[in-house]
Amino acid sequence: MPQAAISAVPSSSGRFGVYGGSYVPETLVSALRQLEAEYASARRDPAFREQLNHLLSTLVGRATPLYRAERLTALARERSKTGKAATIWLKREDLAHTGAHKINNTIGQGLLTKRMGKKRLIAETGAGQHGVATATAAAHLGLECDVYMGSEDVRRQRLNVVRMRLLGARVVEVNAGSRTLKDATNEAMRDWMASVEGTHYIIGSVVGPHPFPMIVRDFQSVIGRESREQSQSVIGRLPDCVVACVGGGSNAAGMFYPFVDDSGVELVGVEAGGRSNAPGQHAAPLSYGSPGVLHGSLSYVMQDAFGQTADVHSCSAGLDYPGVGPEHSYWKDAGRVAYNAVTDAQALEAFTTLARCEGILPALESSHAVAFAIEKAGAMRPDQHVLVNLSGRGDKDVDEACRLLGM
Amino acid sequence: MNRIDRIFRDLRARNAKALMPFVCGGFPGIESTGPVLAALERAGASIIEVGIPFSDPIADGPVIAAAMHTALTRGVTPEAIFERVGSARAGLSVGLIAMVSVSIVHRMGPAAFAKRATHAGFDGVILPDVPLEEAEAALAPMREAGLSVSLLIAPNTPADRAEKIARACSGFVYLMARMGITGTRDRLDAAPLAGRIRALREVTDLPIACGFGVSNAEHVRAVVSAPPGGAGADAAIVGSALVRKMANAPDPVDVAGSMVRGLAGGLS
Repeated sequence: MPQAAISAVPSSSGRFGVYGGSYVPETLVSALRQLEAEYASARRDPAFREQLNHLLSTLVGRATPLYRAERLTALARERSKTGKAATIWLKREDLAHTGAHKINNTIGQGLLTKRMGKKRLIAETGAGQHGVATATAAAHLGLECDVYMGSEDVRRQRLNVVRMRLLGARVVEVNAGSRTLKDATNEAMRDWMASVEGTHYIIGSVVGPHPFPMIVRDFQSVIGRESREQSQSVIGRLPDCVVACVGGGSNAAGMFYPFVDDSGVELVGVEAGGRSNAPGQHAAPLSYGSPGVLHGSLSYVMQDAFGQTADVHSCSAGLDYPGVGPEHSYWKDAGRVAYNAVTDAQALEAFTTLARCEGILPALESSHAVAFAIEKAGAMRPDQHVLVNLSGRGDKDVDEACRLLGM
Repeated sequence: MNRIDRIFRDLRARNAKALMPFVCGGFPGIESTGPVLAALERAGASIIEVGIPFSDPIADGPVIAAAMHTALTRGVTPEAIFERVGSARAGLSVGLIAMVSVSIVHRMGPAAFAKRATHAGFDGVILPDVPLEEAEAALAPMREAGLSVSLLIAPNTPADRAEKIARACSGFVYLMARMGITGTRDRLDAAPLAGRIRALREVTDLPIACGFGVSNAEHVRAVVSAPPGGAGADAAIVGSALVRKMANAPDPVDVAGSMVRGLAGGLS
């Protein structure tokens, strides 16, 4: 039965099935074409790959380890109805330089920026991890850097604001709309429309107009490639289930993509279930949204009957976004990836649980995946294996956690 | 014949130019929509652009984005604007153009949007946040409904691409007078714009309307006067400068009328 592999996307027009595309003002068309051409040439250039791999190894600290979470697995067993659970493994992206997977993408796009001869980087950030990773790439490569961040996120992720400034970046506070990631993205796009000749916009997730969803996925796919190899050598086979949190969806796309053609591996994306499934109380467009156009591509989005973007909520700034990458929409409709939502309370519980069980403080974003995996492992056989992408560390979240936990 | 085509034909016959003010639909309040349109017509507008408020207008600068946000906060919907425009239409002879995000058109469906807009008395649409390739799906139903469709041409659009865009347009071509987003500015240099208009005239007979940064009567004159003094466009579009005036006015209808009367002074 000859059928196109699910990995054979996007099309030349940037479509993942019906999703994706390039819905931007005319001003940006030439920059997107330039980026597409530059990326195509960089991909074929062994010197580019060598330079990227060298930086991933010496600056980022890759490969990140695969960690067997023994005590977390024991906890999953205790909580399981059967008293049995699959083994839980963590892909330690929290150990990547700057504390999250975001840097895999910013180093790659930073190198593309140099190739295009542009001197300035801009970025949007929610939790601040993408901002810090962009500021780091800019410092390493000698580029100017401005990061747009909603004022609500500036408040709840203060530590990362200081880090960006120490790294030499300018943090531009955005007071429009909900003052979170969506509004920061609007402002970064507006900046880019006026500055496109000399500036590259590093989008931090697998969202935005073509070719961004493809480029970000490709640079993040190092996570899934390493995980495959490590699973083969440590477990002796591929895991039975792979779990990752999904906001825009870059850590999940990077983890899932190298596994999507392995039909024996179950893939689960975990969205931010927030306070409840009522409108405005969560940030889970794949679970509760509908297809629409936001920030340059067609994908699931939280919107009203007229296409106005709806308010969303998550305790985690990195997941507090009404849209999601188009490839996730494609995977959802194709039935290849299952998407679930985990609430703020469940994520917070997993945040403290992982810290106490394993001595690892996860990011609130990643805590959503951990929460799901504990339950999932308990519903699986003890000879099976669940791999969780631990996309970032939780140091940035301590202020917010104190507030939410009343510590 | 579409009203937009007729307006430009008549203007050309008199060797006259068009003023195209932009207002944000439902701003400052939904009740001002009809009276504002009437005031702008009396003040000398030939065509009025009515922006349909959108939550994430990435092509717009702070003034228009804030106006749209205010309108949405007050509960303005596309349907409410269609109703107000529909009631005002019979008393108006100006051309009415809806400026609408592709996100809204996609959600309502291009055919349904076109039907509703035509019924309300709109003569055309501008799609500001979508390039030619992605606009195709929306263009056919709009044309079939009898609406003119204008896409934007940017300062960095290559000549061959500008030709393709112009070929997909009807009514008029929207030429951006500068890079970036909508907003006001102090100086407008007609010379580079004149060069771009001259090049565009070689590939299209459609009227050329210029917007982005056109803020006062002097700018209007620079945009529509013949070269070498001016850029030689057929129409000048003024948005942010007008919306800003209306935002802070005790009587926005009155203020909009007198501002546009002043801008119209730049036409002669």
